[in-house]
Amino acid sequence: MNWLLVVAGAMVGAPLRFLTDRFVQARHDTVFPWGTWTVNAVGSLILGLLTGAVATGAAGSHTQLLLGTGLCGALTTYSTFSYETLRLATDGARRYAALNIVLSLAAGLTAAGAGMALAHALWS
Amino acid sequence: MDERAPRPLPWQGEWPVIGAVAVGGALGATARYAAGLLWPTPEAAFPWTTLVVNVVGCALMGILMVLITEVWTGHRLLRPFLGTGILGGFTTFSTYAVDIGRLAAAGRLPLALAYLAGTLLAALSAVALAGATTRALLGLRRRPA
Repeated sequence: MNWLLVVAGAMVGAPLRFLTDRFVQARHDTVFPWGTWTVNAVGSLILGLLTGAVATGAAGSHTQLLLGTGLCGALTTYSTFSYETLRLATDGARRYAALNIVLSLAAGLTAAGAGMALAHALWS
Repeated sequence: MDERAPRPLPWQGEWPVIGAVAVGGALGATARYAAGLLWPTPEAAFPWTTLVVNVVGCALMGILMVLITEVWTGHRLLRPFLGTGILGGFTTFSTYAVDIGRLAAAGRLPLALAYLAGTLLAALSAVALAGATTRALLGLRRRPA
């Protein structure tokens, strides 16, 4: 029944990504995909925290399936990130395309690292 | 627009779309979970399964977006269900970011950087090539910018 935990997490994570994207994109006037950037950064932070919690024994495998594989996996997306980057490049906004790659990687890696460090500070 | 007029909340009038995204997301995440069970990658090894999942999801996204924006005038729930739902739920950025951090923390920095760059290049190539191939097969001209 482990897959039910994944399904439950994903049924929250995917709509949360859709709604966050709508909310963020309605609040700026640039072509930069801040909506996808936001969900990828937030999801990486939560997964970093969760991964650290599992490593220290503060969270178990069921929590990992529900919040990690399910929620964070569905909240974040590589396909939309890639598609939006390509669209920016082919629509003549190459600088924004490059900026999207740099800022998404910087935010995702920083958030994941911060989450793991925070978990170790809290639970080890 | 009147600044004082309240903006509609993001979910207003969107319940069918939200439902389509939720069901699609559950299907995509289940497929990603199944891939991880079928092809588990050991801790501190190169995360091949997540890389393949992300690249396949990007290739399918390239095909889907050509079909949806240039070929079909499909049902309004088709894109939320297939793109935002299934492919968004199938691919993952958080596992990608955390795995890079884990490889780096395990002292495997070259492997972490290879995974970082390898996924990025393969994913962007996949979405571009799949889109271009779909367009070529269907005899479509390049979408005007």
